[in-house]
Amino acid sequence: MNPSTLPNNKQIIIERQNFQRLLDVLKNQGYQLRGPTVREGAIVYDEINLVKDLPEGWTDVQDKASYRLQKRDDKALFGYVVGPHSWKKFLHPPVLKLWEAKRCEDGFEIKEKVAFTPQYAFIGVRSCELHAIAIQDKVFIEGPYVDTTYKNRREKIFVVAINCGEAGETCFCTSMNTGPQVSFGFDLALTEVIQPDRHYFVVMIGSAKGHDVIKEIPHTKASNQEISIAQSKVEQAREEMGRTMDTSDIKNLLYRNHDHTQWDKVAERCLSCGNCTMVCPTCFCTTVEDVTDLTGEETTRVRKWDSCFTMDFSYLHGGSVRTSVKSRYRQWMTHKLATWIDQFDTSGCVGCGRCISWCPVGIDITEEVAIIQEDKAKEKNDENA
Amino acid sequence: MSIQISDPMLPELYKVTKIQENTHDTFTLEMVPKNKTKIFSFLPGQFNMIYLFGVGEVPISISGDPSSTDFLVHTIRAVGTVTDAMSKIKEGQTVGIRGPFGSHWPIEKAMGKDVLLIAGGIGLAPLRPVVYYILAHRSKYRKVVLLYGTRSPDDIIYEEEYQNWQENFDITVETTVDNTDSEWQGHVGIVSALISKKDFSPTNMVAIICGPEIMMHFSVQELVRREVTWNDIYISMERNMKCAIGFCGHCQYGAKFICKDGPVFCYSSIQETLKRREI
Ligand SMILES: Cc1cc2nc3c(=O)[nH]c(=O)nc-3n(C[C@H](O)[C@H](O)[C@H](O)COP(=O)(O)OP(=O)(O)OC[C@H]3O[C@@H](n4cnc5c(N)ncnc54)[C@H](O)[C@@H]3O)c2cc1C
Ligand code: SF4
Ligand code: SF4
Ligand code: FES
Repeated sequence: MNPSTLPNNKQIIIERQNFQRLLDVLKNQGYQLRGPTVREGAIVYDEINLVKDLPEGWTDVQDKASYRLQKRDDKALFGYVVGPHSWKKFLHPPVLKLWEAKRCEDGFEIKEKVAFTPQYAFIGVRSCELHAIAIQDKVFIEGPYVDTTYKNRREKIFVVAINCGEAGETCFCTSMNTGPQVSFGFDLALTEVIQPDRHYFVVMIGSAKGHDVIKEIPHTKASNQEISIAQSKVEQAREEMGRTMDTSDIKNLLYRNHDHTQWDKVAERCLSCGNCTMVCPTCFCTTVEDVTDLTGEETTRVRKWDSCFTMDFSYLHGGSVRTSVKSRYRQWMTHKLATWIDQFDTSGCVGCGRCISWCPVGIDITEEVAIIQEDKAKEKNDENA
Repeated sequence: MSIQISDPMLPELYKVTKIQENTHDTFTLEMVPKNKTKIFSFLPGQFNMIYLFGVGEVPISISGDPSSTDFLVHTIRAVGTVTDAMSKIKEGQTVGIRGPFGSHWPIEKAMGKDVLLIAGGIGLAPLRPVVYYILAHRSKYRKVVLLYGTRSPDDIIYEEEYQNWQENFDITVETTVDNTDSEWQGHVGIVSALISKKDFSPTNMVAIICGPEIMMHFSVQELVRREVTWNDIYISMERNMKCAIGFCGHCQYGAKFICKDGPVFCYSSIQETLKRREI
């Protein structure tokens, strides 16, 4: 549902001093809380319990191949954009035991798999990240087969979303139509407002579950003024967007440019490290391995995140299909921005900018697109001449 | 919560009941499910993921008769880690099976038409279910021709069987090899070279091709030269596969997932991608 169409009386105010109460109520309802916290110089998503676990007073400063934390002038709890983690690590775990088997007389037998589904409350989910979850829903739930681990976890989450009041240097969600305003998929959507004498959250309730939580937290009805202040914060983020990407015709642009010279140029820099795929909130690829115990009597089938940047990824007897770095970068970017649209009827990129900050050599997906687009402009001019 | 039978990543256990050595590196396994009396039904061209305890899991086409649900048949060529280990399987041993997956050969569309089957090497295995299907419904098809190429006479599989198809079911079979010994009576050279000599109606036929990509490429070229349209040509593609259900991403081929959109494709639907390298 579009938030602007929700009646204003659905919006309430929670004061900063009552924020701990929100965490407590969710915990009491049986949720394991996952949210932003500072660890080894980055804001990551992990277990949280207390407000003091949140990155209070910190912001992240990002650019190509660069991410660092910096103290803010205020005590904002959500005054950063996105770090190296995304929520996918909870819904689509980096390592997952599929099943276990034991050797027996005529081969092996499969031991019962005890499927334990954690019930998470995600604290501080940004609009681009909700879009990323919706994209993974298409991969894991809405196709011919269902990934039960993903689905079970997904169905149980409680989402406390956060509207962005500031955008990062590497953000381009406005180009991808994925933010900065949260528009669906939340139980509660917060906008953090800090004034000289007051720190509060304007909260939109997105579900009955959200409503039940709010009932237990001291709150007041949001005034029109408070709502419009919150709105202006999001507008500010919209205007601050660090990057842009022209997505008109992007699918055909990439299909047409399979042999563009820019792929050779990017391949000269790309280390094929796969960082971009690991930090990307929509990348879903995995591999499966047998992990056998020392006696060889028991084995566990384990699924792990994989990256299309490895040679093994496309291995067929006799060699890999994508042997050049060029072909692997092209595969990744073309998948994100073009083939994904044919496969899942949505872009595979939400414009979060993680791949730009965490690429060790500073390869920037928005720049790569722009370079190929520039040539298109040239082509046109040539035609006109 | 107990075992989730519906989990598509969980194999069913099968017992190997019969092993046949086809060539020095190729063997055929017959197996039956351990907990059921019937196997699943499948369509010609579909494949299974076969799992070997502690070793791994690989995609293998079903090469048995689609009208029989008594046992499952796979013909496998040992080329590496998993398939080598499979070549050492003993009767009575257990394997894991997930499937059947993927698209199938155009057996309905081919009715009332000439059918040209072109196989290269182990590519004959995924075509055998088509032949079985045609044998069971022989009158529904017009001319049926199988062109089969292997590296050498020693690599030929199903020889007795196709002699039977030829003698008793009015199916023309022609074989060719790359390298030969003096005793070889068949053709020498690439299988696509046989296409030009065959008599079929280019406008009322379906071509079904399975083999190495380069062999499929030359075959298509030859068919197109004979004015067969892309819409009547079908090929089966191979890519690395870790899941077979659209989750692992490994089998992507342009916008297609070979595991769920393929492995059998109408040539017209992927010819753009086939032109490109390192996709
Ligand atoms: C849809 C489909 C149907 C197939 N049908 C048959 C068949 O009927 N008979 C047969 O003998 N072979 C078939 N193959 C090929 C077979 O899957 C490979 O020969 C097998 O995966 C090789 O595994 P390996 O571990 O022995 O080889 P290695 O060279 O050790 O390969 C290592 C890993 O790479 C992957 N891999 C390697 N080659 C292939 C390949 N060609 N296709 C997919 N993954 C590969 C596998 O994950 C494999 O475990 C089929 C492949 C596909 C995709
Ligand atoms: S491709 Fe880059 S910007 Fe786009 S969603 Fe993935 S990490 Fe974010
Ligand atoms: S684009 Fe950057 S992050 Fe991605 S594989 Fe290449 S070097 Fe690594
Ligand atoms: S084999 Fe995993 S997506 Fe196709």
